[in-house]
Amino acid sequence: MPIIDEGLKSELQKHGIFVLPIEQLYNWGRKSSIWPLQFGLACCAIEMIASAASRYDLARFGAEVFRATPRQADLMIVAGTVTKKMAPQVVRLYNQMPEPKYCIAMGACAISGGPFKDGYNVLKGIDRYIPVDVHIPGCPPRPEALIHAIMTLQRKIAAQDLEKGRRPRWYDKDAPSEFAIPSYGDHDLEPPANAEVWQPPRNYRDVTLEEVKKS
Amino acid sequence: MEAIEKIKEIAAQGVAGAQIEIINSTPAAQQPALLVDREHVYAVAKFFKEDPRFQMDFCSCVTGVDYLPKGDKPGFIEVVYHLYSVAQKHGPIVLKVRAPRELEQCHVPSLTPLWRGCEFQEREAFDLYGVKFDGHPDLRRILMWDEFTDHPMRKDYAPPADYEWEPTPHDETLQRAAEMHGVIPPTSMAELEKAKKK
Repeated sequence: MPIIDEGLKSELQKHGIFVLPIEQLYNWGRKSSIWPLQFGLACCAIEMIASAASRYDLARFGAEVFRATPRQADLMIVAGTVTKKMAPQVVRLYNQMPEPKYCIAMGACAISGGPFKDGYNVLKGIDRYIPVDVHIPGCPPRPEALIHAIMTLQRKIAAQDLEKGRRPRWYDKDAPSEFAIPSYGDHDLEPPANAEVWQPPRNYRDVTLEEVKKS
Repeated sequence: MEAIEKIKEIAAQGVAGAQIEIINSTPAAQQPALLVDREHVYAVAKFFKEDPRFQMDFCSCVTGVDYLPKGDKPGFIEVVYHLYSVAQKHGPIVLKVRAPRELEQCHVPSLTPLWRGCEFQEREAFDLYGVKFDGHPDLRRILMWDEFTDHPMRKDYAPPADYEWEPTPHDETLQRAAEMHGVIPPTSMAELEKAKKK
């Protein structure tokens, strides 16, 4: 149910008067100035830099202001391989970002460990410790893919509701904005994944024959 | 530079008591190496550095190699040094030294006092293979975190069980999935359909 008649809205626009719900204005402002954290972990960062430079021009989306401190950033682009040694620092940086904050996992390594998945020293996806808004596959993803991810995030922000009950998580003062930082263990990070944030997905391959027989 | 036999002869004359053995590597590398006993490796390295015929002023590479026990032959960790001379534009001389695989006995002398460039590479060998370099000025882990207790490049290293999910398990991964989950998942949709029909 539109708050204002579309015809009237269009008529008013012709005279330079814009009538729109406050949340639309609010989300428009927010989605058009996503400041990413200036932070790269591996080769994906080179593509991230290319996206910000003149050829691909991330400034068209209002996301060109890379901040060198998490306290001024809205978006963390996890660009590259997250080693287990680096993972606690990545989570700590995300914790230091003020709300509302978003996370893009860029590239095969950041979303799953990529070619290093079977290794002992690489985290099998940053979504084990922080909630990820947009995943981009690719090794590395091209700048167009990163721009697509930013646009996807913008659509996500534009769809946010201000009404009570349908507000995004960070509107709730009691909702957690910090996530548990894993500690260095004897053999692995402890815990190996934050169960509140991530659970291993189940697909048909994980279904046992016994379960199928029972059903 | 002279043939490896000649180099061995000169080094044996230069360092009294050193037991040096020529190891012929695989044809691909074509780089015979000198295996030196642990007690004399420092003296032999020093000789190569200081002797005017060699002047090996640059140690380009330090690495470890793990050999598991084979039959009744005990296993060992081998540390390999590649020495070059920038002054005389020759090299490499490949020095090898062996230590037992047991962590308490896995000690070799550090060559960092001779070549400062060995420092980080010896730390790496310590981190990944568990070789202790006696005389190293700052022997700490360099790649893994300090709390880590394993040496991951050893062949008997068991990686942590942080393996939960794999969308397309096959071969070794499928085996591992079966071990982790206690089940062998159906590997194809056809197999699952077949099971459903039964």
